[in-house]
Amino acid sequence: MDEHGHCKDYLKNFCDFIDGELPAELCEQLKAHLAECTNCTIILETLKRTINIYQSTAESERLPEDVHSRLLARLKLDDDWITKGS
Amino acid sequence: MIEDKDFSPDFIDRLTAGDRAAFAELVEKTSPRIYGLALRMLSNEQDAEDVLQETYLKAYKAIPDFEKRSSLTTWLYRIAANEALMMIRKKKPLQQSVELDDDNDEGEAQPEIVDWRYLPEKELASIETRRMLQEAIDRLSTALRIVFLLRDVQGLSVKETADILGVNENVVKTRLVRARLKLRDDLSGYFRERLVSEVQNG
Ligand SMILES: [Zn+2]
Repeated sequence: MDEHGHCKDYLKNFCDFIDGELPAELCEQLKAHLAECTNCTIILETLKRTINIYQSTAESERLPEDVHSRLLARLKLDDDWITKGS
Repeated sequence: MIEDKDFSPDFIDRLTAGDRAAFAELVEKTSPRIYGLALRMLSNEQDAEDVLQETYLKAYKAIPDFEKRSSLTTWLYRIAANEALMMIRKKKPLQQSVELDDDNDEGEAQPEIVDWRYLPEKELASIETRRMLQEAIDRLSTALRIVFLLRDVQGLSVKETADILGVNENVVKTRLVRARLKLRDDLSGYFRERLVSEVQNG
């Protein structure tokens, strides 16, 4: 395993790596490091999973029915002629 | 996800001309997302509902000033983000002033190393875990929280997030890195205990 300082240098590139924005050269260096560093691999994979978990909580998002009807009432959009179309 | 490609030029024309049905359509399409942002930002249902209503009241008033060539998504999120930030300032004025200048790193803590890469999905669905996910968001400073929510949860680009918050893209990137790493650390601490108790209980 690398000494801490070394791993820390890689850590700050993880987000760009995940977003596919890390320049090719740094990308290769990071991949080579990951191949031999279990700690960084765990951190990277759990970082990805953290982002995925939060993304998936947002996908199924719905407005609670009572919040929805109070919103329409507040905006005076609860008349029939408006909502019928949609 | 709220995306500009969901709004045709014709729709935007109707909207800016004051068409109530077009406004109603905008509300239907976007309000679940706006509410989700407010709820995660404020962690309080009543406050989130207030922000939701204020956002669309303000949006309706501001529609005549909307620049047709700019992004409707960014415009709407900007109104919502400002409302949410105003609500936070109103509720926690002291905390906000401490947090405002949050771009300096607070110490170089070692990252938590807990291997929960292969934790089963069902572990994540529990009510306890979902509460923990929101608590981890609550622990982020306002500045980090809004960046994470816009970029990673709402799925906006770094550029859109920067436009909404009126900061440059590098600021967004820096805050995003810190928010993501903090959340990962928090989740790792939580799952460390889950994994330990799993082993103990067989
Ligand atoms: Zn390493």
